[in-house]
Amino acid sequence: MNKTLAAYVIQIADNNLILAQRLGELCGHAATIETDIALTNISLDLFGQVRSYFQYAASLTGAEATEDTIAFLRVENEYKNALLVEQPNTDFAYVIARQCFYDHFHLLFLQKLQHSSDETLRAIASKAIKEVTYHVRFSSDWLIRLGDGTEESHNKITQAVQDLWVYTNELVTAAPIEIEMADAGIGVNPESFRDEYYGALTSILNEATIPVPEQKYFQKGGKQGIHTEHMGYILTEMQYMQRTYPNMTW
Amino acid sequence: MDNLQHIAPELLPILKQIADPEIPVLSIVDMGVVRSARIINSEAFVEITPTYSGCPAMDVIGDDIKKALEKAGFSSQVKLILSPAWTTDWITPHGRDALLKYGIAPPMNPDADKSALLGNKKVVPCPQCGSTNTVMISQFGSTACKALLRCEDCKEPFDYFKCLR
Ligand SMILES: [Zn+2]
Repeated sequence: MNKTLAAYVIQIADNNLILAQRLGELCGHAATIETDIALTNISLDLFGQVRSYFQYAASLTGAEATEDTIAFLRVENEYKNALLVEQPNTDFAYVIARQCFYDHFHLLFLQKLQHSSDETLRAIASKAIKEVTYHVRFSSDWLIRLGDGTEESHNKITQAVQDLWVYTNELVTAAPIEIEMADAGIGVNPESFRDEYYGALTSILNEATIPVPEQKYFQKGGKQGIHTEHMGYILTEMQYMQRTYPNMTW
Repeated sequence: MDNLQHIAPELLPILKQIADPEIPVLSIVDMGVVRSARIINSEAFVEITPTYSGCPAMDVIGDDIKKALEKAGFSSQVKLILSPAWTTDWITPHGRDALLKYGIAPPMNPDADKSALLGNKKVVPCPQCGSTNTVMISQFGSTACKALLRCEDCKEPFDYFKCLR
């Protein structure tokens, strides 16, 4: 049970880890100073939550595992994040669309995880949900501003929404481990809030005057460790120090 | 009233000397980060909780506590706890005054907080001149716990400590 639980905790955290890494790339590069600060603050919140999850996973795994070995020393197919969060920072519209799609999932997920029978997961969720409430507000505001803004911002955000929509369904499609953990009262089956998730996105897209994509085909694979080509580049940068100077510490 | 019953009276003055690394006018006690401090068999046991999950100050705070207690003759153990989650309600009245004097608007109640951050209402008093004619510039400020606002009367930008409840 501990092994499955550890794997589940790592899967939850991997979404945060990879998105936080993506957002970290924007430090000093975002569209304005305010959005730069906001996106890196969101990154920091997500990394902080990752630390809590990984410390817990390491304690369940025992042996030599630490939060750092889990973060830095796995190979690509051992990362179980959804494909959405590894998508690149193409432009500000893509950053906001990706963030908004993830934040709404994240909030609904944490609302359920708050009632886990596992004390530690409950504690992490109750803490994280306060932070994620601010994230949702930020990314939703911006999605609406861009959609309902100038012709150019409207076109760019519409394009980003169209391109990234294909990755939304994976978030709310349960992997076997999620079903197992949900049945055990520990985890959350994301399909239990799929309608709510798409309902939330639809209402924001409507307010933003962005057409809701109608595609029926969705990408998946991240939760099984099968990633898009972007993942290798992220890991190369993220793992560089530990791979080059094994066991180095701050 | 500052409710500090969870901190052993012998340890309180020591812990009150330790400043929050990011807001030096505030002690970690005023910040509400110290959840308990007890002496058991002449060893000090301190529990601290992070303000935000990613708060980089927590490691520093832990080290500072150990150093201060050692200087006062206590061996100590510091434990990080996540539950119950920190809330801005735990900032002491003294802490709120210190924030204001330092130029940071202390957290408002959740309704006022939401109105201010969404730009719906002008409610946060400017720490410089007291005017509530203030507008939000950025929902995220110099640290995760703050937003950036500007006073339309005295034209000064200022930090607002966001409500977390
Ligand atoms: Zn003023």
